[in-house]
Amino acid sequence: MNAIKKTKNATNAFAKNWANFIIKFKWPVLLLTILLALGLGSQGKMEFDGDYHVFFSESNPELEAFDALQEKYTKDDNVIIVLAPKNGDVFTRKNLIAIEELTAEAWNTPYSSRVDAVTNFQHTSANGDDLYVDDLSYDSANKTDAEIREIREKALKEPLLVHRIINTEGSVTAINITVRLPGENSAAEIPEVTIATREMIAKFQEKHPEFDVYTTGLVPLNTAFFESAQKDLMLTMVMLLIVVIVTLILTRNLFATLATLIVVIFSIISAMGFVGLNGIKLTPPSAVFPTMILTLAVADSIHILITFLQKVRKDGLDKKAALVESMRMNFMPVFITSLTTVIGFLTLNYGDVPPFWDLGNTVAFGMCMAFLFSTTTLPALMAIFPIWKSKKVQKQTTPKISGYTRLGEYVVGQPVKLTVISLAVIGMLAYLASKNVFNDEFVEYFDTTVQFRQDSDFINENLTGFYNVEFSVGSGESGGINNPEYLQKLNQFEDWLNEQPEVVHVNAFSEVARRVNRSMHGDDESFYRVPDNREEAAQYLLLYELSLPFGLDLNNQINVDKSESRVTVTLENNSSAEMIAFAERSEKWLRDNAPEAMHSLGVSPTLMFSKLGFRQAESMFKGNIIALLLISLVLMIALRNVKLGLLSIIPNVTPVLVGFGLWYLLKGTINTGMVIVFGMTLGIIVDDTVHFMSKFLRARRELGYDAKDAIIYAFETVGKALVTTTAVLLAGFVVLSTSSFALNSYMARITVIIIVAALIIDFILLPSLLILVSKEKKEAVSASKVQVQLDK
Amino acid sequence: MRKSKFLIAIFSAFFTVAVGFSQSAEERGLQIAKAAEKADEGFGSSIVELKMTLKNKNGQTSERFLTTQTLELTEDGDKSLIVFESPKDVKGTATLTFTHKVGADDQWLYLPSIKRVKRISSNNKSGPFVGSEFAYEDLSSQEVEKYAYKFLKAEGELLLVEQDPVDPKSGYTRRVVTYNKDKGYRLEKVEFYDRKNALLKTLTYSDYKLYKNKFWRALTFNMVNHQSNKETLLNFGEYNFGAELAEEDFTEVALKRVGR
Repeated sequence: MNAIKKTKNATNAFAKNWANFIIKFKWPVLLLTILLALGLGSQGKMEFDGDYHVFFSESNPELEAFDALQEKYTKDDNVIIVLAPKNGDVFTRKNLIAIEELTAEAWNTPYSSRVDAVTNFQHTSANGDDLYVDDLSYDSANKTDAEIREIREKALKEPLLVHRIINTEGSVTAINITVRLPGENSAAEIPEVTIATREMIAKFQEKHPEFDVYTTGLVPLNTAFFESAQKDLMLTMVMLLIVVIVTLILTRNLFATLATLIVVIFSIISAMGFVGLNGIKLTPPSAVFPTMILTLAVADSIHILITFLQKVRKDGLDKKAALVESMRMNFMPVFITSLTTVIGFLTLNYGDVPPFWDLGNTVAFGMCMAFLFSTTTLPALMAIFPIWKSKKVQKQTTPKISGYTRLGEYVVGQPVKLTVISLAVIGMLAYLASKNVFNDEFVEYFDTTVQFRQDSDFINENLTGFYNVEFSVGSGESGGINNPEYLQKLNQFEDWLNEQPEVVHVNAFSEVARRVNRSMHGDDESFYRVPDNREEAAQYLLLYELSLPFGLDLNNQINVDKSESRVTVTLENNSSAEMIAFAERSEKWLRDNAPEAMHSLGVSPTLMFSKLGFRQAESMFKGNIIALLLISLVLMIALRNVKLGLLSIIPNVTPVLVGFGLWYLLKGTINTGMVIVFGMTLGIIVDDTVHFMSKFLRARRELGYDAKDAIIYAFETVGKALVTTTAVLLAGFVVLSTSSFALNSYMARITVIIIVAALIIDFILLPSLLILVSKEKKEAVSASKVQVQLDK
Repeated sequence: MRKSKFLIAIFSAFFTVAVGFSQSAEERGLQIAKAAEKADEGFGSSIVELKMTLKNKNGQTSERFLTTQTLELTEDGDKSLIVFESPKDVKGTATLTFTHKVGADDQWLYLPSIKRVKRISSNNKSGPFVGSEFAYEDLSSQEVEKYAYKFLKAEGELLLVEQDPVDPKSGYTRRVVTYNKDKGYRLEKVEFYDRKNALLKTLTYSDYKLYKNKFWRALTFNMVNHQSNKETLLNFGEYNFGAELAEEDFTEVALKRVGR
């Protein structure tokens, strides 16, 4: 016990010496911290990366499978430009000319390797032994009305076009630009493509106002990621304003507000330096780091400042003494809460989604720096600034029974009843929480204010789907795609896929084989089937390939060895669970109906995102357990009480259950961004528990109160502080919840619920539990005279 | 002594400039192309076997074997006949092409599986040849009339000429061709720029062999696609200039005959 007392005195002495040192050397300390912040800040580089690949770790098996497929065929991303002529008919001379123009222009897109449009579709026809392969509509300006009618007829009959490039009514058409990004610097390549296509579209719209133009595709998706990251970074400004207002209200002191502002800005600048030094490229999830740091860092300063100002205003201490006293009282709590927050954010590294690693590490670093600046720059600044004593000092000294005291009394009166009710409510919500389902639909990551979402929705409703699944179907032998058995199975697979309700379009090599076979038999419809002789199939294919133009070859559909072909299935918008179920159903069909060589796994960016939430949840599970263990351990040490440390798990874990339970009632689907909230909020909400329990223990140990009085004491001393810090946190996360990007906004929204739930639980369930637990071992606890240094 | 050297340098500089002015870059480019055509004139006909190796960026390869017969014509473009020896399922498939100095080429294909000759009426020559990095237009007879020329620069014996295809359906905006002036204007390298004027492919010729003391033939063609990182290698066997092929060896009937 002596030893413990000694450590307590030692920490108190350390905090005192620290404060004295800082006050004595206020100018050098200030200068040094300014240099540190600016030094780190000078390394800061805010680079954005919108490539959707950033969401997947290198070891992600879905990404590996998708990359492997792209290696076999062509590695490509796309821009889909959708044209809806206002007259409702694509097939007029004027409109076809415009489409032809835009198609030609689209070839100039940086990194483009292929442009598919209705006009340059390679139409095959036969006349005796002459085979014609040509653009469906070339030189449209010189087409007669009859020819244009014929083009319309052909296009609307063409399975490769309908639901992909043209809708069934012929009123909406697409130009699909395939780009092959070198992938050396996606932060530069993607904007290059975007700028070029936007310029092209702007020019087109100026010249052809008779078209409505919509854009979607993987490159616009990446751009949307990129732009929402930049937009979310701007939320920092809003938060900064809120910080100023909140600090001004709480401290009613201009200098204190200024000092807080300097501390949080230094913390952010340092974190930016961290981003620059580590070469982190910002993505939508990681771009919110300044707002998070602001939200979390401001609490440190506020704690220290409020005590300082109280000591000056109420207790009439002089500036220096008040500062030393405030530092002595707050050093440990600020340290512990910073530590738990850092632990919470560092556990994001356990997840499988790299942008959240960046977020976790950057915020953790920012929090370390916030701790440093709050305990150096802040006291140094306050030592330098003059202090203006307020005249209202006396008024405030009159004590009155606060709401917190009354709440304490109420809770103390019925601990059993409150425990039972709380646990029942929590139990019910925990049950509901388990009914949430994962859903990572990347189109829905963006809310309807985002252009990309609006355009994608239009395209989904009027032309084709944005979601797809791809299969690389092998034949098991070189040149085997011409084997009639393979072609027939592939054809059956194609037919089966077309029968599935969610399927919008299927692009399979068997369709090419059928089409060419028909042309080789004088366009006889009865030959619209796969050839039944291998040599025939191979030679027809050779002939067909020889007649295709630049960029419109089959290399994106068959591999070099002609041993495998690619099946691309376009789907209507589906939830993650439906996507995964569809892929599994298709894989099963191949297993049940096709030889082993043809078995294949479905892959696609859509599917990768669909599985991302599950993968993240799975990998975060371990991280969450570790966070819980570490934070509970920190609590046990801080409180010097194993039992209460263990008890603290209840108020720390249950808010998350409550949060997800209420979320089920609100929304019911969770995305990847929300998986991280357990570890993250744990580090934040634990502060409430720490403060409440330490005051409770202090009352029992130092003041000799019984459990009930100790609870009321705790309410009186920290009730207001907890409400204020919760208010600051709420402000921060409410700001984040306005993000148009769902990974951020959902995460922020559930965090808001969890933080409120945490406060309620700490005010109702925690005190009830403390009373119930204390009853059994009354003597044991009161016998102990251990003091807690978390305390005033 | 030193003075005279200096004077010579001055004179030669003036001379170069004067020549440069008297002849535009376009004229000089065309002149070089014509000189190259002239240098290869008179070979009559040739037969050569070749192996085509396709490589993707992971190094996986796939091979095809072909035989090419060429008949030189001066009035119009050359005629050529390509027979596929492998893969097995296309063995005996053969193409017959009449290149034309102006307008689209004529092309027929013999399919042994159905024992018929099909005529391909297509203006498309820009697509990949049997899945390789060569477009049909890269392999067909290089008629002078198919391009507009612009001389770029000389690097020792190497002359660089830009060639812009006349055909609007070509996959290229331009090619930069390196001729070797001292070696019968043989080609050393061709760089292909795609429609957006980005470097797409580079074709390098090597293992040159001189036949009949006049005709340079590269026995290795290496085409590298810089955008897809795929590459195609052509390895030629010995050229046979002695077969003395004639027009009747380049007809639909002949096509059926060679294509067994």
